[in-house]
Amino acid sequence: MPQNETITGLGLDEYKYGFVTEDQPVFKAVPGLSGDIVRQISHHKEEPEWMLDFRLKALDVYYSKPMPKWGGDLSKLEDTLDEIYFYLKPQDQMERSWDDVPQEIKDTFEKLGIPEAERKALAGVGAQYESEMVYHSLKEQWEEQGVIFESIEDGLAKHPELFRQYFSTVVPTHDNKFAALNSAVWSGGSFVYIPKGVKVEIPLQAYFRVNAERMGQFERTLIICEEGAEAHYIEGCTAPVYSTDSFHSGVIEIVVKKGARFRYTTIQNWSNNMYNLVTQRALVHEDAKMEWLDGNLGSKLTMKYPSCFLVGERAHGEILSIAYAGDGQHQDTGGKVIHAAPHTTSQITSKSISKGLGRSSYRGLCKVYDGAEGAKSNVECDALLLDEQSRTDTYPYIEIDENTASIGHEATVSKVGDEQLFYLMSRGLDEAEAMAMIVRGFIEPVARELPLEYAIELNRLIELEMEGSVG
Amino acid sequence: MSEPLLSIRGLRAKVEGEDAEILRGVDLDLQRGEVHALMGPNGSGKSTLAKVIAGHPAYEVTAGEILFEGEDVLELEPDERSRAGIFLAFQYPAEIPGVSIANFLRTAVNSRLDEGEEMDVFGFQRTLAEKMEMLKMDPGFATRYVNDGFSGGEKKRNEILQMAVLRPALGVLDETDSGLDIDALKVVARGVNRLSEADEALGVLLITHYKRILNYIQPDIVHVMMAGRIAESGGASLADKLEAEGYDWLQQTAAV
Repeated sequence: MPQNETITGLGLDEYKYGFVTEDQPVFKAVPGLSGDIVRQISHHKEEPEWMLDFRLKALDVYYSKPMPKWGGDLSKLEDTLDEIYFYLKPQDQMERSWDDVPQEIKDTFEKLGIPEAERKALAGVGAQYESEMVYHSLKEQWEEQGVIFESIEDGLAKHPELFRQYFSTVVPTHDNKFAALNSAVWSGGSFVYIPKGVKVEIPLQAYFRVNAERMGQFERTLIICEEGAEAHYIEGCTAPVYSTDSFHSGVIEIVVKKGARFRYTTIQNWSNNMYNLVTQRALVHEDAKMEWLDGNLGSKLTMKYPSCFLVGERAHGEILSIAYAGDGQHQDTGGKVIHAAPHTTSQITSKSISKGLGRSSYRGLCKVYDGAEGAKSNVECDALLLDEQSRTDTYPYIEIDENTASIGHEATVSKVGDEQLFYLMSRGLDEAEAMAMIVRGFIEPVARELPLEYAIELNRLIELEMEGSVG
Repeated sequence: MSEPLLSIRGLRAKVEGEDAEILRGVDLDLQRGEVHALMGPNGSGKSTLAKVIAGHPAYEVTAGEILFEGEDVLELEPDERSRAGIFLAFQYPAEIPGVSIANFLRTAVNSRLDEGEEMDVFGFQRTLAEKMEMLKMDPGFATRYVNDGFSGGEKKRNEILQMAVLRPALGVLDETDSGLDIDALKVVARGVNRLSEADEALGVLLITHYKRILNYIQPDIVHVMMAGRIAESGGASLADKLEAEGYDWLQQTAAV
């Protein structure tokens, strides 16, 4: 059977968000990085002095740290970084009414289905275009209960004390080279505060769109979920297809207080020329629960390892990850769980699919500190190879300093078998449908965790784009 | 006699990339409504014939033809043969984790229907429930993942369930009886008989190693396969003779 034809039928490799919108930014910095660029960003944002200092110090940290030698191939990234735009301001002010968003930008998000999604199933929506949030709204019922869902800039301006208390406490500047870079040039992202005991039952969503060529997007998100509060935050990302490489390097910091529950879902579907290096971390306190649901399609190279630092007794962390590596793509993804308190528990479930020259790597860390009595962690990673050339690797790092901890690790690699394809085809499914069905079955344990009415990206991509397979 | 449902002429086939032929000139005619049993020792080519009829890509047909309802099917892909009305009940069905039987079968049913004519979830559920009852299957079975962790008996029953739902013109049953205890065998046999009763034109090619299942499904014709060809054909009594005397008396015929 001609494997290549089959896989085209999956639709996974057809990137349908690759369109470009013509528009005029109000400010575009010169390409490349410098102290001046950092000052300009801070100036445009009318930031307090401490933030400018913070940014400039972070820039020094960034320069002082070497490029990581592990993970994906970053050898060409330095050249890319010399040429990209670190800051691009698409409009003068952020809008609260969808009608006021400039037409070109509105068109873009309407093509992506954003306002429609908001009307249907969301508690609030934020939309970022290039470097700035262009739109933010939160339904009144949540606003009345004291929920804050703002752009990160408004978070800093309107809630300076709250902001400063938590900012950079979960992911410090020196954590890694790209966290330092983000700390220097961050722009856009969300500031979310869920007050004590408030349960936001429907998701908050942020949408990130890179439109300009050679653009760098460095959003920064800070989320505080107070004691006993509950919320679900979803982000989606896309960019047009250009011949030159672009760069996305976000930092997400989440604090989940005692007894709170928070879920963060990412469905990223970047174009295949995007370096995507993101630091996502949650600090999980006593009896709190944090879940990362991470779907990575697209990009040239993704290095992303959502982390849970379990710092309170009985804290629970969960990471569910799906990665799809098509031709020429490398998905280096996984998760980190750090057990720093007794009776903390964690689960990492990773599912990767590789096709053609695509490569998916699972990279995970499970660390249990001395004194984290009775900590339990379980890691499951399953890889599916769609053909002979595709590749998968597993890099599990396990560091245990506590005798009473119990750790499980299970890894499987399977290849879509000729017998499976023949079996499904012998029942009347054509080859593309058969392949799609096998892939859907493989990711089902993770996909079913997505809210039904809300599986906008993943389900639409993996189900509707596969011709005729939705019976 | 009218045009056969299945007509195989001088069929030769081998595993792709290998030299040795497994099928070495098979001739077989099966009329609408007939049940044929295909018996023979291990390695005689019975299962290969089943897979070649269904279009398994690992086999290469080097000579001969397979006509189904008068049309040559050798150039058709397995899914096209399936939609044309050929069904293979597998000896070793593949496992498809994460895909429920209901979802899988509805997709298979809809692959036969024109766009806009597809069966909705509820209509399909009714059909499925009916067929499952006939095969004495627990309704919860439909939500299980296709063959994933099934016992041997469950896998075979699942094959017959699929045949019942897809309603082919020809069912090729490849050792559907192997690995079944007597109760499971009776259920499966009764299922096949019910399908024959419901559709008098249904043709069945029943591949088996043992006479046991022929006590429950009456064949019209019994063929014996030896070394890649049909060595002997006869009535139901031929199965009794094979049971009593084994295959040795046929060795000479096969060597020709």
